[in-house]
Amino acid sequence: MNNLEFLYRQIIMDHYKNPRNKGLKGYNHVHLHNPSCGDDVIVEAKVENDVIQEINHTGSGCAICCSSTSVMSEVLAGKTTQQALDTIQDFYHLVKGEPVQNEEALGDALVYQGVSQFPARYKCAVLAWKALEQLLKGEQDE
Amino acid sequence: MLDVEKIKRDIPLFQNYPNLIYLDSCATTLKPRYVLDKMDEYYQEYGVNIHRGVYELSYRATEEYDKARKKIAKFINASFEEVIFTRGTTNSLNMIAQTYGMANINLNDEIITSELEHHSSLLPWMQVAKKKGAILKYIPLNDEGRITVENFKKVLTDKTKVVAITYVSNTMGYLTPIREIIELAHKQGAVVIVDAAQAAPHFKIDVCELDCDFLAFSAHKMLGPTGIGILYGKKSLLDKMDPEEYGGDMNNDVFHDNVIVKETPYKFEAGTPAIAEAIGLGAAIDLLEKIGFDNIRQHEKELHKYALEKLSSVSGITIYNKTADIGIINFNIDGVHPHDASTFFDQANIALRAGHHCAQLVTKWLKCNGTLRACLYIYNSKQDIDIFVKTVQEVVEFFRQFSEV
Ligand SMILES: Cc1ncc(COP(=O)(O)O)c(C=O)c1O
Repeated sequence: MNNLEFLYRQIIMDHYKNPRNKGLKGYNHVHLHNPSCGDDVIVEAKVENDVIQEINHTGSGCAICCSSTSVMSEVLAGKTTQQALDTIQDFYHLVKGEPVQNEEALGDALVYQGVSQFPARYKCAVLAWKALEQLLKGEQDE
Repeated sequence: MLDVEKIKRDIPLFQNYPNLIYLDSCATTLKPRYVLDKMDEYYQEYGVNIHRGVYELSYRATEEYDKARKKIAKFINASFEEVIFTRGTTNSLNMIAQTYGMANINLNDEIITSELEHHSSLLPWMQVAKKKGAILKYIPLNDEGRITVENFKKVLTDKTKVVAITYVSNTMGYLTPIREIIELAHKQGAVVIVDAAQAAPHFKIDVCELDCDFLAFSAHKMLGPTGIGILYGKKSLLDKMDPEEYGGDMNNDVFHDNVIVKETPYKFEAGTPAIAEAIGLGAAIDLLEKIGFDNIRQHEKELHKYALEKLSSVSGITIYNKTADIGIINFNIDGVHPHDASTFFDQANIALRAGHHCAQLVTKWLKCNGTLRACLYIYNSKQDIDIFVKTVQEVVEFFRQFSEV
């Protein structure tokens, strides 16, 4: 598999074409935008008793950004806030090509390892994860 | 015909990246050694300040700086006093809006612009309009996305005070019929500010023939260095305008409660200017004139035609500006976000731009999330086009495998 095939794996394209948990339900959300490329996501989460019950999203952008939003919404649902924050950090390490603490917790998000070969795409991969990180740390947009 | 191989040999960046296919010249052009050498020469042989010392070296620096201004004046058929050095097109256009605009625009005046503008042509006037309560009007684009004289007439009124318009669109590569527009605008007493950033690299500009009031361009888009550009203004207008910045070099006499500023162009150039860069721009103009604009245009036209012909055999792409007047191809690969596509081009050593190209109203007009833009210039060859088109084909095929997902 060459780098590009590794970057655009079937699973990534599947989440891009068929995003999971798309559509907001009105929970607290954070909106992030990358003006240089136009990637734009809103991520919302329902957190009860410190456990993420549900993550939903909407937005538009490239395959890497949109798919990683969708994958995140599946991978992090069901985790405690702290577990999710740890996994988010691990995801940043993963896409930078740095060692990760807990591979298992990343689940399907491990396919984004390919991004580490494409530093220009780092921002696309992490946009939704940054939004959720801010949300879990107590920020929210109107 | 241009000797592309020789032009490439004279650009040091190609020595470091011999396989680079550079299709991003609208963003900035690569720099010939001659330009870099002329700038080095300043720093190494006479790198002192201008207009200051009366010593020999300062005299030489001042001479070279003025010589560059003379070259530029001749290049656009202006006079010496009408050529102001700025930091670039953006700086030039903001300066006009902040000085001429803030002094002359009033409540309910009208400012005409277009959706084809680069943000640096549009946004300074949007700010003036907001601050002054003036009205910003957009020339309706025709079906192709062009500015036409007919449509310009629809928005021109006796309230029009300023027309801020691009000479060549940096996304669509269309030439604006500015001569006719300027003539009509003048009949209504409006001044016309021309954004020539994408014109200056490609053809001869003649400000007298155009009769424009102000015109701006950047050195770095025409083989010159970054950090310097030109603002041309008619002397009669510049004489009446106040400087935007005050400081050293721009005044004749300073009193406790007053200052007598110099004549144009010096009154607009406070502080130590970008001396090496001015000299570099002069050198770039020497080179462009040596190569010859007729040859440059012919080369670009041939390449452009060749590229469009080859691309017409690729199915699954959309070209938004097949009738472009300048070698700019604005396109998308159907169903593929421009940023996904651009990673493939990057892997093939092809530098091109993806996104909205600092002209978001154009992408909005095209109703897309951004586009890919390939720009052709003097160092591009047919071989570059072959590799480019092959890569386009590969991207189409790569993403087609997922169309069933
Ligand atoms: C048409 C046009 N106008 C203005 C600019 C701004 O030029 P600069 O960034 O050199 O100030 C550009 C370049 O990006 C351009 O293409």
